[in-house]
This record gives sequence, C-alpha cells and structure tokens, in this order.
Amino acid sequence: MTATTPAHQPANPASFYMIEEDHHPEGSTAFGFWMYLMSDCLIFAVLFATFGVLSTAYAAGPTPKELFDLPLVALNTAMLLFSSITYGFAMLAMEKDRIRQTQIWLAITGLFGAAFIGIELYEFSHLIHEGATPQTSAFLSAFFTLVGTHGLHVTFGLIWLVVLMVQVGKHGLIEANRRRLMCLSMFWHFLDVVWIGVFTFVYLLGVL
Amino acid sequence: MFSSDFLKTIFGRLTLESFPLHEPIIVATFAGVVLGGVALFAAITYFKLWTYLWKEWFTSVDHKKVGIMYMVLGIVMLLRGFADALMMRGQQAIAFGENQGYLNAHHYDQVFTAHGVIMIFFVAMPLITGIMNYLIPLQIGARDVAFPFLNNFSFWMTAGGAIVIMMSLFVGEFARTGWLAYPPLSGLDFSPDTGVDYYIWALQVAGVGTTLSGINLIATIVKMRAPGMTMMKMPVFCWTSLCSNILIVASFPVLTATLVLLSLDRYMGFNFFTNVNGGNPMMYINLIWIWGHPEVYILILPAFGIFSEVVSTFCGKRLFGYTSMVYATVVITILSYLVWLHHFFTMGSGASVNSFFGITTMVISIPTGAKIFNWLFTMYRGRIRFELPMMWTVAFMLTFVIGGMTGVLLAVPPADFVLHNSLFLIAHFHNVIIGGVLFGLFAGINYWWPKAFGFRLHEGWGKASFWFWVVGFWVAFTPLYVLGLMGVTRRLRHFDDPSLQIWFVIAAIGALLIFLGILCMLAQFAWSIWKREELRDVTGDPWDGRTLEWSTSSPPPHYNFAFTPITADLDTWYDMKRRGHERPVGGYRPIHMPKDTGTGVILAGLSVVFAVAMVWYMWWLAMLSLVAIIGVAIWHTFNYDRDYYIPAEEVARIEDERTRLLQNATLRNPDSPRDQDRPSFGAGPAAPAEA
Repeated sequence: MTATTPAHQPANPASFYMIEEDHHPEGSTAFGFWMYLMSDCLIFAVLFATFGVLSTAYAAGPTPKELFDLPLVALNTAMLLFSSITYGFAMLAMEKDRIRQTQIWLAITGLFGAAFIGIELYEFSHLIHEGATPQTSAFLSAFFTLVGTHGLHVTFGLIWLVVLMVQVGKHGLIEANRRRLMCLSMFWHFLDVVWIGVFTFVYLLGVL
Repeated sequence: MFSSDFLKTIFGRLTLESFPLHEPIIVATFAGVVLGGVALFAAITYFKLWTYLWKEWFTSVDHKKVGIMYMVLGIVMLLRGFADALMMRGQQAIAFGENQGYLNAHHYDQVFTAHGVIMIFFVAMPLITGIMNYLIPLQIGARDVAFPFLNNFSFWMTAGGAIVIMMSLFVGEFARTGWLAYPPLSGLDFSPDTGVDYYIWALQVAGVGTTLSGINLIATIVKMRAPGMTMMKMPVFCWTSLCSNILIVASFPVLTATLVLLSLDRYMGFNFFTNVNGGNPMMYINLIWIWGHPEVYILILPAFGIFSEVVSTFCGKRLFGYTSMVYATVVITILSYLVWLHHFFTMGSGASVNSFFGITTMVISIPTGAKIFNWLFTMYRGRIRFELPMMWTVAFMLTFVIGGMTGVLLAVPPADFVLHNSLFLIAHFHNVIIGGVLFGLFAGINYWWPKAFGFRLHEGWGKASFWFWVVGFWVAFTPLYVLGLMGVTRRLRHFDDPSLQIWFVIAAIGALLIFLGILCMLAQFAWSIWKREELRDVTGDPWDGRTLEWSTSSPPPHYNFAFTPITADLDTWYDMKRRGHERPVGGYRPIHMPKDTGTGVILAGLSVVFAVAMVWYMWWLAMLSLVAIIGVAIWHTFNYDRDYYIPAEEVARIEDERTRLLQNATLRNPDSPRDQDRPSFGAGPAAPAEA
C-alpha cells in the first residue's frame, strides 16, 4: 500500500472488500467445543491404553473376577444411559422454547447423573474396604484412575448442569444459553460413549 | 512457639531449610532478581504504568497484544534458559581430572533439567504461539481469534507455568531428572524432593494454556477466513500453523494424562511407573514420547511457514510449489505420530519394531527435503533481497540440512545403539532446534516487527546478532558432534580424560559467541525503539509483502481491517496490488469486537497458587484455590455482556488519520522509498496505485 490519491475515485472497492455488511463469522463454538472433546478423548485414550497394558498386572492382588459386581455396574450403566435420554428430552424442549420443561428434564438428568456418581462411590468404597486399594497393584491403579477420571468428568458435568439451570431460569432460552446447553449436551453424550467403552473393556472383559 | 504439627498443616513441607541459602550462586542470582524486580516495580509505579498495563495489556483479548505478550515471555525466559546453558558449558570446560568445576552434582543436574524444560516449554512454545497468535487473524483477514477470552487465558496459563518454574530456583529445588523426568528416577523413591513436583505442576499449568490455544487457533483458521480464501488460497504460514495446532490438540492431552499418572504415583502411591506391584516405567517413556515427538514438529512447522513467507517476499516471487508445500506439511503432521519409538531404540523392542520406526523416521526426510527444494526453487531466478529475514532463512537452510542429515544417521537403529544418549544426539537436536526453530523465529521477528510496531529493526545490530549466532552455533555444537562420535555421553558433570577438554573449551567459546548474539539482538531491539522515528514505516507494507497482514496499517488498528478483504488468489495482498487496489476512504461501519476481561489473569493466578500449594503439600491451600478456580470460572459465565461495537465515527477517525499519514508520506517523497531501491519483480508492477 503506497498511496491513495484523493482526486482519484476508488475504482471498485467492492471487488477488494466487503463494503456492504460486516463479515460476521458465527458458529465457532460448536466446532471449538467438539475439538476440546476430541482432546479430552485423547486423555481417555491414554488411560485406556494404560489400563490395557496394566490390566493383568495384579501383583498378587485381587483380579477383576473377584472384585467386580456386574449387576451393580449394569444398574450404574442404566443410570447414565437414562440420563443421556433425558438430556435429549431437555434439548427437544429447548427447541420448542419451553423453559420450564427444559429445566425439569435437566433436573431429571442431574438426578440420574447423581445416582450414577453415588453408585460409583459406593462401589469404590466397597472395593477399598475389601483391601482392593489403588495402591495394591498396577491393575487397580489403572482401574481407579480410568473409572475415577470418568466419574470426575460426570461430576463436573453435574456442576455445569446446575449452573445452566440457574442461567436458563435467569435469562431464559436466549441464544447464549442455547449454545451452552448444546455444548453440555455434547459433553454429556460424550461421557456416555466413554462409559460404554469402560463398561465393555474394563468390566465385561475383566469378568468374562 | 507453634507445634511442628501446626506449622506442617499450614506450610506443608515448606521450611526455612527449603530456601537454598547454602548455594552462593543461587543466593547471588536471587539478589540480582530481587533488585531487578524491585527496580522494575518501582519504575512502573513511578511512571504510573500499572493501570495502563492492566487495562491495555494484561486484560486485553486483542490477539495482537496477546501475541506480543507471548513474545516478551519467550524472550525473557530465553535469558534464563541461556544462563543455564552458559553454566553447563562453563562447568564442562573446566571440570577435568582434579578440578571438580564450580557446580556440584546436585546443582548441575537441576541446571541441565531446567535448561531443557525452559527452552522447550517456556521459550520455543511461547515464541511460536506468540507469532501464530499475532499473524493468523491478520493473514486470514479476521478481526480476532475465534475465542478471544480463551486466548488471553491461555497466555496467562503459560505465564503461570513460567512463574512456577522460576519459583523453583529460589524456593526448594528443581527436578534432577532430565527434561522428560523418566521414572523410576522421577518417582518418589528416587526423587523425594520438590523438584519433580515443580516440574509436573509447571507443565500442567502451562499445558492447559497450550491445549486451549491450539483449539482456539484451529477454530480461527477453519472458521474465520476472509471470504474467498479457500484452504488452498491460505498463506503457507497459516497452513503450517494449522498443522502445528492440530498436533498440539492431538498430543498435549497425552502429556497431561501422563503427568497425571506420574503425580498419582508420587502423591498417592499408585503403581503406574514404579518398579514394584506391577508398575511399568517403560510405559511412561512410550507415552511421553508420543507427546514428545509431535512436539518437535509443533515447533518446526510454524518456522517452516515463516521461511516460506520470507523466501517468497524477498525473492519477489510466488512460492514455488505451494501445493506440494501444503501436502509436505500434512504428511509431516501425520508421520510425526509414527516415529516416537526412535527415541529409545535401545529399549529392546526387537529388530522388527525398531526397523519400522527407523524407516518411518527416515521417510520424514522426504517431505522435509521437498520443502527445502521448494525454497531453493523459489530463490532460483528470483531477485533476492538479502535483508535480515532472508539472511536468517539462508542460514537456516545450510544449518538445518546438516542437522537433518545427522538425524537420518540417528534413525538407523544399529547406529543409534552407538550414538544413543551421546553428545552426538545433543548436537543433532540443537542443530535442528536452533538452526530450524530459533532461526525461523528470528527471521519472523525481523520480518514482522515493522508490522507490530510501525518501525523497522536496525540492520547493523541485526547483522551483528546474526553472525554471532550463526558462527557461535557452529563453534558450540561441532565439537559436540565430534565428542559424541567418540562416545561421550550427555549430562556429565566431570571428565577424567584430559584429551577431551579442548573440545569442551571450544564449545564454551561458541556459547559465548551465541551470548554476544543474544546481547546484540537485545541491543537491536533497544536501539530500534530509541531511533524509531528514523526507522518509521507509515506505508504498512515496508517489504513489498504479499499476504493480507501487509494491507493494513503498522501497527494494525484494534479491529485489524476497517473492511474485511476479499481473497481472489493466493498471495492476496500481492494480487490486490496487481489489480490496482485502492484503499476505501469512507463509508465505515460500526465494528463488532469482544470486550476485555481480567478473568484470565485471575484464573491463572489462582492456578499458580494451586500448583505451589500442591508442590509444598499445603493441602488446605490447594483445596481453597481449586474451589476458587471453579468459583471464578462459574462467576465468569454469568457475565453475558462480552462484546461491543466500535462506533463508525471511531473507525473513521482512525482510518482518516492513516489516510493523512499516507498522503504526507507520498508528498514528502513522491517516489516512495520502497519502489526506489527495491523495484518490484514478478508478474507486473507491484503498486499501480502509485499513479
């Protein structure tokens, strides 16, 4: 850019610049959040791989067959899967602009999530009570870390859910809140998918 | 007075003995840092700059300011990292036979660990991230990054990590494990002190910032390009940055998870990497290199992008083989995931596994070689202007090619069994990181400085810095190649064989030459700021640039572009000039921009408190700061008022000022200096707007 002579009328700036309207890129949030989820997925990938390597390193400690109570885990899985369905209902209610209904479904989702965490904590305390602590063997270290990291994610999801319920109550289903509900939705379903992996590779393969 | 239990609850394992008062070198450094810090603090207070800094810089979500803050952080940490380098070179040059040198083993081991960690995480990464931050939105014709607040937050997390690592110098100690903290040495049994904990938490805090900034820049490049800029019309620097950021998002979580596992071993007695109860230390080494190898490409790819921009601009030609450059970058991105095992061929994975990783490693040299040829062919028959950025580029090509060749030597597993862990390896990776990443950054700094500040860097000091650096590099590292081939291993503090000494003395001289190079660079910055009126550039396009960042003023206005440019061809700005572009001088509209916020600083500050509390076992403080972090983050989400419009009158005021400056420049010097001494080459006249 060297000079702009005022006497000279600009030839046709429209071929160089958006003159009429300002360029307004929207919709990066879903894409960015999706990418965050993929990075989180990699954390789980590392934990799964670690579990894979250490899953038979019992160090003379207990084995999965002696430890895991499949009916309890099945119940727990049901809680999480139901919470995914109810979150879906919350999103459907959001699409119909029904604030009250959205919040009720979110609350139900939260209850299912809390039940999941409750059962998981019960399972952990039971294991530790039996002497199967994470310090016992590399297998148990990997087990507690993988399952515990998932549980921690669900816990953060619950905190987020409560915050969003408050925000929806305060501001209604405005654009920003819709975007946030959509992000939490992706997060919540993502945790469901991860749990299916946990259920299959940790519990089922461990016991069967 | 107080029971020791009480003190332990409050201060964890922090006691008066934790302060290394018995180490004179550290005490003197501490005194220097305190004096300097107090002087800086006093100066800022005296000149009443705190409000300015807080409002205009610390809380700014402007990608340009965030980018500059990254650069400042990187350069400050370069001084720290280089001080460590000088200390090592000094120790190794004198510690022969009877002479034990001036560093004890305890201290020396911390020095080489800190040198590696700082240079990679807190010099190379902030400088690369800073340049990407500054340039990507400008090159793609956007007004900011996709998530401006996240950008500010990412910077402060990186800075927070740097603060944690600097604290380890004066309170407690740093890791004595080498820069990747291999277990079982880094486990609690062999490293019971705070060193490895400082290492873990500094990297975890900074790692959050790096990952988020990676996500941010990918979203920016994918979603915010100006109209008409398809992926294959994007500047090469944006392509290499995109690939680099994809690598960041795909590899830093691995580092995070690995360090979490190591912390669980250290803090809670888990058995991931221990020698007992089924733990597996080699798993750590695999995991850390699954992050670590992509990491070196994270650093070098943006540097390749810088060289591409520089070569094209200073040869006055479109980059040779743009498409092949893009594909080469993508291929390197993919291959960088398939080579991690070459860092430990000696682990004993067997001939087949080693062959696979040896071959994939050698294959990487093919796309890299293609890039070198592309740059050479761009230069071929170009009218090359040997300005500083171009000089760095040529030095890079000569230096990097040799580093690449020694890399191929190391990729041969049988050769690696001999050279593994030797100074040959040290020479190799310094050859590619200094000769590739740093030279690229220096080219970039010299190239884009006028864009960022509106005046050029002084050429004389720049040339002095260039020659000291390049010559110093070869004097410092050629001896290490020789020593490595003779079998000298890395990380040694003392030697018995006096015949080796001469090589270490030469290497130390090389380090001193590099030191002069750094001093000249600082002098170059200082002199250029001092003489900025003489070096002023009002055109915004001092090098006859080809990409969009040169189409706006220097420094660019807060909103980057008054009107979003439309891309018709590769090298958009060159194409606009060629087609007789004229700058619109009216019809401005309000511009939508994000608001500044201090939340990033607060969150990062709390993270530093959390990290330090964890290092020192102050559990109450760790809990408190963790709750505070979550609380502040939630509180931040209750703020819905995050953007505003710059009124059209304000835009008009800024743009009219620029119009006036441009006219003045033309009146004073009708043939603008650029076109006098640097005629434009290539297809057609560069600036028909001259008429």
